[in-house]
Amino acid sequence: MRALYFAFVRERIGKAEEEISPPENIKTVADLMGWLRGQGENYAAAFANIKTMRAALDRTHVKHDALIGNAREIAFFPPMTGG
Amino acid sequence: MSARIIVRVQKESFDASTEAAALTQGRRDIGALVTFTGLCRDEGGALAALGIEHYPGMAEEEITRVAREAASRWPLEGIVAIHRYGLIQPGEPIVLVVTASTHRAEAFAAATFLMDYLKTEAPFWKKQHLSGSGPENWVESKAEDNAAVQKWRV
Repeated sequence: MRALYFAFVRERIGKAEEEISPPENIKTVADLMGWLRGQGENYAAAFANIKTMRAALDRTHVKHDALIGNAREIAFFPPMTGG
Repeated sequence: MSARIIVRVQKESFDASTEAAALTQGRRDIGALVTFTGLCRDEGGALAALGIEHYPGMAEEEITRVAREAASRWPLEGIVAIHRYGLIQPGEPIVLVVTASTHRAEAFAAATFLMDYLKTEAPFWKKQHLSGSGPENWVESKAEDNAAVQKWRV
């Protein structure tokens, strides 16, 4: 699946998007954040504060307990500050 | 739900009065037109510019979703919602919300609702570029903005 990163998440990881292949046992958004956090120091820094992290599956806001299912795109970002 | 909904996410600036006129052109039934423009302020000279990052695709979809929600809550004739991205200088406009209805109460309420939701649900992130050689900081989300959107959920 495609993973997109925005704002400080993008900066800390060092890329805006990438193709990821999480293992079978990764079912929820929270599982995926936990898995990504173990992918290197840059990921650990990006996901240091998982509680405030926001996520979208196929461009729809989701909570951390949401199932990833067959989503093609997941995005991670901090709380929004537009307007 | 007959409101005309215009949503744009763009790098370029916009002219609020031109955008607002699109809703009232040739109409004789609209009695209230509320126009809100959010501007980039210089924070007493400390801010050189704002860099606005967005999630292309989702930004347009979220704003459209919120505009449709506003149109289902109030009897509106039209909505314009425009949000810019990229580097924005102090004094320049960032966001525009225009609501048109028969009477003012609906237009004011819908404009407030739209702005409250845009600030917390539309995928945009502001980065402050400070004057001089100061650092760049991501703007933190504000508790009062989250409280403002909560009041519509009752």
